[in-house]
Amino acid sequence: MATTNSVASNPKSWTLRLRKAIDRHLPMDHLLPDRQPYYVGSWVYVFGVVTIAALVWVVVSGVVLSFMGPQWWHDSRLGRFFNSLHFWSVQLFFIFMVLHLWGQYFMAGWRSGRAATWMIGVVIFAVSILTAFTGYLSQQNFDSQFIAINAKDAMNAAGAGAFFNVLNFGQMYGLHVMLLPIGVTILVVIHIVMVRTRGVVKPIDPEGSSRSHGEASDFVGIKGSVK
Amino acid sequence: MIRPMGATQDEYYRGVRMVPYDLVKELFLALGGVGVLAVLVALILSSPDVGPVTIATWAHQDPVDFVTTATSELAATTVSGGYGNPYNTAGPGQSWGPIAPQKWFGTRIPVDSGNAFVIQPLQRASVGNTDLGTALSMWQAASSGDQAKWLDAYTKALANATVTDGKVTVAASDTYGPLTVMMSNLLGIAQAGGLDGLLVINGRFYQTDYTQPLLFIGDSGYLSGLASDAHLTGSQWGMMNETGSYPGQTWLWLYTMWYQVPPFTSPDGFLGLNMSNADLGIIILMTILTAALALVPFIPGLRDIPRWVPIHRLIWRRYYAPRKAAPRS
Repeated sequence: MATTNSVASNPKSWTLRLRKAIDRHLPMDHLLPDRQPYYVGSWVYVFGVVTIAALVWVVVSGVVLSFMGPQWWHDSRLGRFFNSLHFWSVQLFFIFMVLHLWGQYFMAGWRSGRAATWMIGVVIFAVSILTAFTGYLSQQNFDSQFIAINAKDAMNAAGAGAFFNVLNFGQMYGLHVMLLPIGVTILVVIHIVMVRTRGVVKPIDPEGSSRSHGEASDFVGIKGSVK
Repeated sequence: MIRPMGATQDEYYRGVRMVPYDLVKELFLALGGVGVLAVLVALILSSPDVGPVTIATWAHQDPVDFVTTATSELAATTVSGGYGNPYNTAGPGQSWGPIAPQKWFGTRIPVDSGNAFVIQPLQRASVGNTDLGTALSMWQAASSGDQAKWLDAYTKALANATVTDGKVTVAASDTYGPLTVMMSNLLGIAQAGGLDGLLVINGRFYQTDYTQPLLFIGDSGYLSGLASDAHLTGSQWGMMNETGSYPGQTWLWLYTMWYQVPPFTSPDGFLGLNMSNADLGIIILMTILTAALALVPFIPGLRDIPRWVPIHRLIWRRYYAPRKAAPRS
């Protein structure tokens, strides 16, 4: 005889509460939408997704380079190709990210409670610059030598050089292949979740509005999430 | 009470016409497109990889510059010799009024350049070398006054030095003390590649810290000459370039721009900011600008520009088009 083993859910379960919170704040049809407002049909929206695509290629090529070690690409044609792929993926990543940033600026993408999304985006930009900088320092060639020798002055003047020694290859390489990429990836995931949670911002001067200009509250940012 | 964001998004889009959209397909198309582009550019343009400068290369290519730099290290007249924190206390470091972070954190990476780059390597190499051992003993037993006289005379003589078979020769004189022996030995060690190793060992077998050899090479005229030829120096917008006409960190254009304009190019400057504390001033300026960028949503004026500049009407032209061109539900 079959028996059922039904147990009532404990409403105080941390797991249950987390699952319900995720369901409430980011249901799957918001995380992976199959429909969007019609005004999203603009090329500007492509800059965000191609930035993520470039980041994926940066990480993939970087994983190959870090697996083979920092010397490999200097002596191997295949290694040189992967270094080139890494180098140009980084260039594309920054080009797309800057275009995405400018696009979001002129769309005032921070409106209606999206200020934190914008701010995280700026932090991603700053951490990406630091990540790329440690990459340039990790090349183990003439460029990395000269960049290190020059950059030390700015780092030291800011006091950072006492802890962030650009002349220490081991420290820069460790930061470049481990901590900083993890930081960028986590921030990008948070950024995407924030975008998917709130959805894309409406055009300036929403339709149906009798006003000819946006309201100040649209431009302040944090609105609508807390009641 | 925190409102569920799922409900908020549904409310936000209420009344807005929705159209089919395939997020995952878009992501895969972007991955493919960007991947093809990156692979093609990588195959066609490759990437920069000019070999590093070794101390051995430097000592071979420009022995007079090498010996002059090493002599200046002993006199503590090089950049690293008088740098200040975090390497030593020989210089004040950069400051702007009471803002002096270079001084705040002390000497965390101690480097005594004369001792580290010249005396210690020579001591290691003096085993079995009687002439060098005697010269070193003479140097270390001498008063600082005698050392200064020898350094002064030798430095002046180096201005007219000649090079024969890679060896540096200065006019014969008895005013150099032990420096002729010390420097000819140091040059020989450097040309043989020994100094490259001696400056990174520091009693360890494995090494990843190149602080000492990079500081020493950075003190030379040789490296800066190569960098200038490759358009890499600060006054040449060097951060934007890599060797071989490859792009550098082009995203730092604004940061490097400040190094090209007053007050950071001026000895007198403005409000205490000048070329002597340009690094600190520019770091402070860029920190403020980055914070302003992050806080744009809260800064009146900056946050209103998108409303005033009708670029958004191009981006959302379908939305702003006449109703018959963009039927709405």
